[in-house]
Amino acid sequence: MELLPQLLINGVIFGSLLAIPAIGFTAIFAVLRFPNFSVASHATIGAFAGYAANVWLGLPTVPALLFAFTTAAAVGCISDEIALKPLRPYGALTAAIASIALTIVLENMVRLGFGNDLRGYNLPLMRDWRMYGVRVGPQQLQNLILALMIMTIVFLALKFTRTGKAMRAVADNPELAELKGIDPTFVGRLTVFFGMGLVGAGGMLLGLGTSIDPLTGFRFILPIFAAAVVGGLGSIPGSVIGAMVIGIGEELSILVLSATYKSAVGFFAIVIVLIFRPRGILGERKF
Amino acid sequence: MLSYFLANLTFAGIYALLALGLNVIWGMAGMINLGLAGFFALGAYASSIATVYLEFPIVLGVSLGVMVAATAGGVLSQLSLNLRGDYLAIVTLGFGELIRLIATNETWLTNGSDGISGVPGPFRSSLTPLAFNAVACALVISTVLVAWFISERIRKAPFGRALRAIRDDEMAAAVAGKPVRLYKIQAFAIGSALLGLAGAAYAHFNSYVAPDIFRPLLTIYIFFALTAGGTGNTLGAVFGAVLVIALLEGTRFIEPFFESLSGVQAASIREIVIGATLIFVMRFRPKGIFAERPPRPLGTSD
Repeated sequence: MELLPQLLINGVIFGSLLAIPAIGFTAIFAVLRFPNFSVASHATIGAFAGYAANVWLGLPTVPALLFAFTTAAAVGCISDEIALKPLRPYGALTAAIASIALTIVLENMVRLGFGNDLRGYNLPLMRDWRMYGVRVGPQQLQNLILALMIMTIVFLALKFTRTGKAMRAVADNPELAELKGIDPTFVGRLTVFFGMGLVGAGGMLLGLGTSIDPLTGFRFILPIFAAAVVGGLGSIPGSVIGAMVIGIGEELSILVLSATYKSAVGFFAIVIVLIFRPRGILGERKF
Repeated sequence: MLSYFLANLTFAGIYALLALGLNVIWGMAGMINLGLAGFFALGAYASSIATVYLEFPIVLGVSLGVMVAATAGGVLSQLSLNLRGDYLAIVTLGFGELIRLIATNETWLTNGSDGISGVPGPFRSSLTPLAFNAVACALVISTVLVAWFISERIRKAPFGRALRAIRDDEMAAAVAGKPVRLYKIQAFAIGSALLGLAGAAYAHFNSYVAPDIFRPLLTIYIFFALTAGGTGNTLGAVFGAVLVIALLEGTRFIEPFFESLSGVQAASIREIVIGATLIFVMRFRPKGIFAERPPRPLGTSD
């Protein structure tokens, strides 16, 4: 087995899966201007909704993924309306603290229903493919293709639909957008819906490769933040690039660090980027 | 029962130390620290390693724990000083996770997820468990009193006034000639020292530390204590800490009435209650039970 190409392939696959929740996180930041830490619980909710659809209802991956998206989007919208929206006027930090409290509430609701046991998806077992000494699982490849399709849909929607344009307008300049007749509250709701939906779908995609438990989302929170910060908080293309950097970085770190330190890569990436280029790779505003 | 009460009072004292530490960083200086579990862990591990492996006396171990946490706080705030608050939130949260990762993986130093057991407590060997709980409780409460006194002094001193000025308007404080950067680093280090002290006290009272204890849940408990009590108010911080323990422990007594619930479910309901109450308090009583009352300038009257 060739180590380096294998790690690069794994990194690209992990990075593209990571990009989905990172897009959700960064989009919510761009429009609502606070780091919403409840992405952790929404990723978990997506993973468990997908599990319920896949194992209990026997649905295949793609419908289960849609179910994960819808559930996380709905929970995201409702919980934001009740818990976070009234607190946003108090400032970004108050909303950020409340979003951690929200994460704890939602994560424990999942725990209340499902317990702490590890659960695995019901997936057909397939033999890994080998090419030039590199191993790739068909499931991994399917996840990669799904992630790329989701990204394509997101970019097309932002570029060409009215709603997508409205979101970009609010992210760019909320006052000007409002003058032009765009309702920021409505756009905020839409962003939470699609953002948390993406986070939920991402949670399921990331969970497909392993088993899931109520802490699944929390385990990915560092790489998700790191992807968003490295790419430039609030920039959607940036979050995809950031996710690739983190994904490949985590895999390559195995060459020099023990595998258990993979998730530390995210933290160091955040610190390095913030010291040398605080706005990230594609961020436009300097903070 | 008395022993149980004393133990919980001790835990309330440890939470009060954490809340006082966070009050300096977040309440007075307005810097967010979502990684306080990490500083708590640094204090606990440094003191445990020093007393268990190196057989230092407890006092030396605790001071080491305080110093390690304060240094880490100083360095982290130095690194992230130019960042806006929401970035600092991400960096500190990441820091807390990093510490937990190190505690889990550096088995040679921390004994991994098994944790370090047999951390010595003051006079533990020569006392009955009840008497030990009483001694520990008295020690922790006197530490809280000292920490409270120091916090009050800081709050009323020119340093504290400058911190509030920085919190409310950093630019104005800088224009008024306050060394903003230095003060922020100092505030973060002082607060982290208190967080580390709480960690060391926890390790010696509990006689056992493991990475599981330092989950981000703790961070929420302490933010809850501070927000409920009144951010920026030292008395509120202590009161809030007692309130958190009362909520956590009080709900245990309701559990027997719901026999169908498993232990995991009961624990998750407890955490749902804490999280939901925090959001509720932030929304309907954002200044807490005791709102901050800045000390009046000298020479003025009501």
